[in-house]
Amino acid sequence: MADVRTASVGQVEPRIAGHDEAWGPRPRRIFSRRNIVLYGALVIVSLYYLMPLYVMIVTSLKTMPEIRLGNVFAPPVEITFEPWVKAWSTACTGLNCDGLSRGFWNSVRITIPSVIISIAIASVNGYALANWRFKGGNTFFTILIVGAFIPYQVMIYPIVIILREMGVYGTLTGLIIVHTIFGMPINTLLFRNYFSSLPEELFKAARVDGAGFWGIYFRIMLPMSLPIFVVSMIIQVTGIWNDFLFGVVYTKPDTYPMTVQLNNIVNSVQGVKEYNVNMAATILTGLVPLVIYFISGKLFVRGIAAGAVKG
Amino acid sequence: MPTEATRRPNTLFRNLNAKIASLPMILTALVVFVGGTIWTITYSFTNSRLLPRLNFIGLDQYERLWSTPRWIASIQNLVIYGSLSLIFSLLIGFVLAALLDQKIRFENTFRSIILYPFALSFIVTGLVWQWLLNPDFGVQHLVRTLGWESFTFNPLYDQSIVIYGILIAGLWQGTGLVMCLMLAGLRGIDEDIWKAARVDGIPMWKTYIFIVIPMMRPVFVTTLVIIASGIVRIYDLVVAQTSGGPGHASEVPAKYVYDYMFAAQNLGQGFAASTMMLLTVAIVVVPWAYLEFGGRRRHG
Amino acid sequence: MTSVLVRDLSLNFGAVEVLKSLNLEVAEGEFLVLLGPSGCGKSTLLNCIAGLLDVSAGQIFINGKNVTWNEPKDRGIGMVFQSYALYPQMTVEGNLSFGLKNARLPRDEIARRIARAAEILQIEPLLQRKPAALSGGQRQRVAIGRALVRDVDVFLFDEPLSNLDAKLRSELRIEIKRLHQKLANTMIYVTHDQIEALTLADRIAVMKGGIIQQFDSPKTIYNRPVNRFVADFIGSPGMNFIEGELETRDGAPWFVAGDFRAPVSNYPFDGKGFRQGPASFGIRPEHVGVNTGDGWPFSARVPVEVVEPMGSDTLVWTRLGGQSFTMRVTSERSPRTGETVTIGFDPLNASLFDTETGERL
Repeated sequence: MADVRTASVGQVEPRIAGHDEAWGPRPRRIFSRRNIVLYGALVIVSLYYLMPLYVMIVTSLKTMPEIRLGNVFAPPVEITFEPWVKAWSTACTGLNCDGLSRGFWNSVRITIPSVIISIAIASVNGYALANWRFKGGNTFFTILIVGAFIPYQVMIYPIVIILREMGVYGTLTGLIIVHTIFGMPINTLLFRNYFSSLPEELFKAARVDGAGFWGIYFRIMLPMSLPIFVVSMIIQVTGIWNDFLFGVVYTKPDTYPMTVQLNNIVNSVQGVKEYNVNMAATILTGLVPLVIYFISGKLFVRGIAAGAVKG
Repeated sequence: MPTEATRRPNTLFRNLNAKIASLPMILTALVVFVGGTIWTITYSFTNSRLLPRLNFIGLDQYERLWSTPRWIASIQNLVIYGSLSLIFSLLIGFVLAALLDQKIRFENTFRSIILYPFALSFIVTGLVWQWLLNPDFGVQHLVRTLGWESFTFNPLYDQSIVIYGILIAGLWQGTGLVMCLMLAGLRGIDEDIWKAARVDGIPMWKTYIFIVIPMMRPVFVTTLVIIASGIVRIYDLVVAQTSGGPGHASEVPAKYVYDYMFAAQNLGQGFAASTMMLLTVAIVVVPWAYLEFGGRRRHG
Repeated sequence: MTSVLVRDLSLNFGAVEVLKSLNLEVAEGEFLVLLGPSGCGKSTLLNCIAGLLDVSAGQIFINGKNVTWNEPKDRGIGMVFQSYALYPQMTVEGNLSFGLKNARLPRDEIARRIARAAEILQIEPLLQRKPAALSGGQRQRVAIGRALVRDVDVFLFDEPLSNLDAKLRSELRIEIKRLHQKLANTMIYVTHDQIEALTLADRIAVMKGGIIQQFDSPKTIYNRPVNRFVADFIGSPGMNFIEGELETRDGAPWFVAGDFRAPVSNYPFDGKGFRQGPASFGIRPEHVGVNTGDGWPFSARVPVEVVEPMGSDTLVWTRLGGQSFTMRVTSERSPRTGETVTIGFDPLNASLFDTETGERL
């Protein structure tokens, strides 16, 4: 790199000589070559990433004859909402013909308690690990984090047995337990790191003031950790809503979550394929995480960065 | 001076509340993660079929596994999908992050657009791309109607390239995450490095390749581990997009495990296959965990 | 009467010994400062006294009661932290009352104590504000108030002024001193700032490597440091050290380093008395006279190398016995660079240390 340096020093001098009247801010062109290349590339990339969403939406608004004639990118000539209605309330999976709505409500019934329970447990856990440091705590935590890398397939069947013993196999309760278990590593990590980043002296001061384990958690820590709760909630809601494997393993057809039901509707081999209904159903299923994503914005990014980069 | 002290609490009851609060974690770690893994490995040496039975048959399940064409195809697919997915998502993710790191306007908008697929499930991703790659209505049809009559791009019905069709969908869904991680890594680099490089007159691409990327080694390693452990798990995407077909051309190990455990009622095969998956992950994760946590323990 | 007694206290973090069999006795009403460089274990010791860290061995007594295994709240202590550690979501009043509510004190008693603390610290107008709306000095006052309302006998300060700027620091230093005079509580104060230590303390414990090096009044520590570490750590600008030998010449004891020779016949040697051998000769810059005429047991003519004006004083750098040497003079009497000056000092004010062990001779 030394030769690069000398070369550029050599170039500087004539440039100064040529700009005797340079004064004030350096002129900048909005349409410089750099900007055209940079923004051009980003716009093309963005269009590529948006394309599937666009195709989904236009397809879901077309009638089947129009789909058969036109191409997937063409906007609908005649907008129809019938596919959406059908996807929501009458599309068939096997023998059931009450649409995705059943799966939607199942997913809601799964997601809400799972999110609440898993966050409650993970936050208390992270707090205990960060501030109370009991013997063996870090060992269990290390197992938990390493365990997060074990393929789920390894633990699926033992959990089936455990749930069967508890009498909750095939029920929503069972699935909620499973989500709580598998959400634990990432969320415990998140909360542990967050509570560790709070000044330790605050915890010490509270102890001198005579507050105990739960007193410090509820009175001091909780009021300070709203952002991390939101981050954790985003991770959990999208993760649980998007889950397919656990849904298909641990529930029965009438308690299937939305993703499983969607897959069954779209990939069912019976009958004529109704692509518009399929796409409407697909959008409906993706809507909840998408809405959360666009509302939460930066917190979503912070969530995945915090969950991923920190060790 | 009196020497009598308040009784020291039994060590088991010290921080009792913290221990009670950690009970779910301890149970999960011991019973599910450790216990479950040992259980599955143990039963992979048995001839369990419909129900798990402790009837040991040595390595028979593994021999059968490695002589099953479907498993071999699954592993081949995993290798192709995995290596290409790693290379392309790191490459694309880094380039996109570098583009976004140029102090551009609308950075948030661009980032939101590239990241949004990550919020969608693999099922949704798989179904969208199934539709886009549909030979009669999707991209192939579109190019042909534009006049290129002989154009063929039909990955979902062509055994030899079906895995690339899944790769396209997987990259669309996952590169946003890599970009975000890389962007966080780039933002973590000291501004002064850029100033120094600018004063020294080093061109930007050289700064990236010779200075910035080596400095981001930890971010790359972490990202690699995250992508890799995700790749091994790939399941929903394949189920939604191709159901493993045509034939067994797009089968993956996770699907093999599920099908043998819950559809073919051959638990032993499922356990053996899942143990192989665990082994694959261990090869990636153990060296990393050793470097990352083993090193940290010393000054922590 | 003894207020705080630390007996054979040890603390290990794994294989690392942070505190090594410490003994410390603090009298009632005494202001004790734990002073040392970072990592010397002074904050650790304070945390042990507070009960925030479990000790590995030894005992801690507060007011005659063995509190080694007691919870912090049951030890009769109040503590003030470097980062203030105010609960951000509570008002000042909430911060002051939190501990009292936890102790289930009656309402009117809580109000009475807060009123008293607020009056002493002059924070009455701030009671309804949140910590974020306070300045650094106000926050630290509230933090002191939180210790004050606990109505305890022992106050623990963990570098309370380190986060403040220089001006505020000296203001609050005086305030803490006044507070001590008013309340006459026992105070244990951790700092790495020797000015704070020298100004505030009745006694200072200088620590290094988990061991108390010297435990004495500020004056003794300043004038008769027990070893080279203490001599070097205390005082700014630091003590001059000249490496050389103790010799007997013509029947009299001398310190010799190259061309530098000083008579040490009037030096107050410790119990073992004079002995020959390698030694360090230490003298504080303010104990050296510059152009102050004769009458010093030792004097020499030296060239001025560098002059450093520091406001009221000026630091003059030269060489003595081939080693760097500084003197402190008032600015009016400052020589100029390149001048030759006569310097002199009395070895009575000097400190001699064994080169090998660093112990005072």
